[in-house]
Amino acid sequence: MADPALTFTERGIYCPAGDFFIDPWRPVDRALITHGHADHARPGHRRYLATEGAAPVIRHRLGEIALDTIRYGEVRRIGSADVSFHPAGHIPGSAQIRVEVSGEVWVVSGDYKRVDDGLSEPFEPLRCHAFITECTFGLPVFRWPEEAEVRAELNAWWAANAAAGRASILGAYSLGKAQRLLRMLDPDIGPILTHGAVEATNEVLRAQGYDLPDTLHVTPDLKGKDHPGALVIAPPSALAQPWGRRFGAASTAFASGWMRLRGVRRRRAADRGFVVSDHVDWPDLMRTIRETDAEKIFVTHGYTDIFARHLTSEGWDAQVVPTEFGSDEDDSEALAEATS
Amino acid sequence: MKAFADLFTAVDQTTKTTAKTKALADYFKNADDADKLWTIALFSGRRPKRAVNTTQLREWAAERASLPLWLVEESYPIVGDLAETIALILPPAEQHSDEPLSFWINALRALHDVDIDTRKQRILDAWNRQDDTERFLFNKLITGGFRIGVSRKLMTRALAQATGQDEAVLAHRLMGGWKPETTSYHALIEAEDAAADQSRPYPFYLAYQLDDPPESLGDPKDWLAEWKWDGIRGQLLIRGSDHHVWSRGEELMTDRFPELARARDFLADGTVIDAEIVAWDAEAEQPMPFNTLQQRIGRKTVPKKLLKEAPVILLAYDLLEHAGRDMRDTPLQERRATLENLAENLPKDAPIRPSPRIAFDSWDSLASQRATARDFRAEGVMLKRLDSPYLSGRKKGDWWKWKLDPLTIDAVMIYAQQGHGRRANLFTDFTFAVWQGNDLVPFTKAYSGLTDEEFNRITHWVRRNTQQRFGPVRQVTPKHVFEIAFEGIHASPRHKSGVALRFPRMSRWRHDKQVQDANTLDDLKQLLDAYG
Ligand SMILES: [Zn+2]
Ligand SMILES: [Zn+2]
Repeated sequence: MADPALTFTERGIYCPAGDFFIDPWRPVDRALITHGHADHARPGHRRYLATEGAAPVIRHRLGEIALDTIRYGEVRRIGSADVSFHPAGHIPGSAQIRVEVSGEVWVVSGDYKRVDDGLSEPFEPLRCHAFITECTFGLPVFRWPEEAEVRAELNAWWAANAAAGRASILGAYSLGKAQRLLRMLDPDIGPILTHGAVEATNEVLRAQGYDLPDTLHVTPDLKGKDHPGALVIAPPSALAQPWGRRFGAASTAFASGWMRLRGVRRRRAADRGFVVSDHVDWPDLMRTIRETDAEKIFVTHGYTDIFARHLTSEGWDAQVVPTEFGSDEDDSEALAEATS
Repeated sequence: MKAFADLFTAVDQTTKTTAKTKALADYFKNADDADKLWTIALFSGRRPKRAVNTTQLREWAAERASLPLWLVEESYPIVGDLAETIALILPPAEQHSDEPLSFWINALRALHDVDIDTRKQRILDAWNRQDDTERFLFNKLITGGFRIGVSRKLMTRALAQATGQDEAVLAHRLMGGWKPETTSYHALIEAEDAAADQSRPYPFYLAYQLDDPPESLGDPKDWLAEWKWDGIRGQLLIRGSDHHVWSRGEELMTDRFPELARARDFLADGTVIDAEIVAWDAEAEQPMPFNTLQQRIGRKTVPKKLLKEAPVILLAYDLLEHAGRDMRDTPLQERRATLENLAENLPKDAPIRPSPRIAFDSWDSLASQRATARDFRAEGVMLKRLDSPYLSGRKKGDWWKWKLDPLTIDAVMIYAQQGHGRRANLFTDFTFAVWQGNDLVPFTKAYSGLTDEEFNRITHWVRRNTQQRFGPVRQVTPKHVFEIAFEGIHASPRHKSGVALRFPRMSRWRHDKQVQDANTLDDLKQLLDAYG
């Protein structure tokens, strides 16, 4: 039997035929990057390859790096492997990476979701022999509500706060989640203000041509009372800090998949929790795995043991990506969703 | 059930007591009597008699969701609540109808009259007509444990706001053994003669922990000091030549402690006593360890042998009713004197004796006596202002508990497990070990005491320092030392270390200590000898 197209090493997922790594967590010579989140795009590699859509954010975050870009669907030969990147629907520019070696096809999902958020390039189902999938929310209790339903709740919360003379402060991860929320908001309700970390990402994405509503950057001299009825988007960590005090009376909320669980919602001690995730929920996870037609499934991130056991009982050859290889490292945006 | 679900959502998404009270008061103003009665019942720990068990619920939900049962059961500890787990895994409802709370409660009560297949069919139908929140609440009605951050006190206050009645009067009305199935909102809350219930206890007065130095309380002469016993707080009622024993959680415990029946021989009708139930060592004239009393808790019938090995008595703190008169507004000084008078005439083997006063003339003298509390098998000292009335609920000012500092030991974390519910995605449950030669011997688990920020940091670390997995449990590199605080220690042959701790928690993350600085098993054994 031939060697597998991809293997798991101490540095991350490795392709022997092409001598490259995918989202490695230790410095390597050549890294293929699914998207710009910190747990996928790390500093210190000699050469990077990412989609054109993901590149600006990666440059913005990692500075001067040797970064080559590729279009979605473009096939590139690296060593004796054929490599292509396909939309993952997770955040703008995010990709699944397809690797074909001697007719054997592997797909690394990166982070992904199936809901069309109107901003990220919609997920493209791929057929493969082996599928390496995230399962951050790989439990049947995670089922996301309809996007329209959440949008209505979100805007109703904002409108009610505005009517009562309160600011609305919404905690969301600055790359991806924040922009998705921006697209869900109804700008007729009031002004939209952004924390510096969010605004910096907005600028990068706007320059790429992504369509985002107008926002006002919260600078140190900005006064809350000059912007009545405002909605403020900030990284979750900023909500716990004095940063938010300038807005006076305010209602706080988090937007995250974890808000599906009452216990987590309560721990966050925000006034509201909106169930909005950039990861697949249970039904979409199962659907995606079926659609790949893969026999071998490798699971990583999240409730991997339970999920792999379920896949095995349903007839797949499923394995947890071995933890000593570090793939169980915290998915920082998921953890940020959860804890920061 | 939309109004009730909205009430739940409003209460659940705020931590502000005023907002909760307002939401509840608004609900009480608008709901119909049947819904009000059941809402009061639910928030005071009552629920309809269970017609299906949780095993059936899980099986039916798994079947409806086309999931294997084990997967539902694996999800449950992560969510932390069975009612919620089931509400979340079920597919969305196909139709929605807004029936009042009492409709669903009556539907549950009616299940008792039908066979199991019909019960299942009705539960599945109900799930198919409810949204996620309604389903969660409906499941909670079945499983019980209806805790949503509304204390009885808060509920009583809201009810007082909505009805214009006095809060203390309402609190008393809501005490005792009433059942929503056999009373009405009118009889419970509005009717003139609601005080007739002979078995109704008074609301308990609860103390806050004294965090400031006792000097802040002023002149020691104004205060009564007594031991804070480590038993079960209870109220003994002797009325109509009958007796009742209530726990602080308003559980009727009369049959659980049959030896207290003899109190009727010594105390007159119309007597109510606030006391601590303790297992009593008659020879040593002091309580037995809490561990001994524990064997009596939860037993509805008591075997003779246990009655002999762990006999209970009441250590009386206070006299709430005397000769049929409510004494609660009389100053403690007088209540106490009357109580001691009554007790003076009791024979030595009576199952009741006054909790002794601790004599002290300065705060320093009291502090040094408090330090000996463990010798008396007490948890610390209670301080009560001599001229205070007997209030209801937890109130600051007149009563304080001044507990001993906990025992502590420095231990090494060796296993970690993810939490559930509130902390589903963090590592929060740890196993700790002490040294025995070159080995680390596990001796306790602990899962509380750290801040969320510390849990985040340790979670991050655990993920990177896992050596081995045993299902959900991870063995981690021995590296971090924690101070474990606990209230008591006793010998336990079931544990490898030979000891078990009471209320262990992480009191400090000892960043300043290396693994080798942690305590030893011998240190633990010394604590066992001293305090076990
Ligand atoms: Zn990501
Ligand atoms: Zn990720």
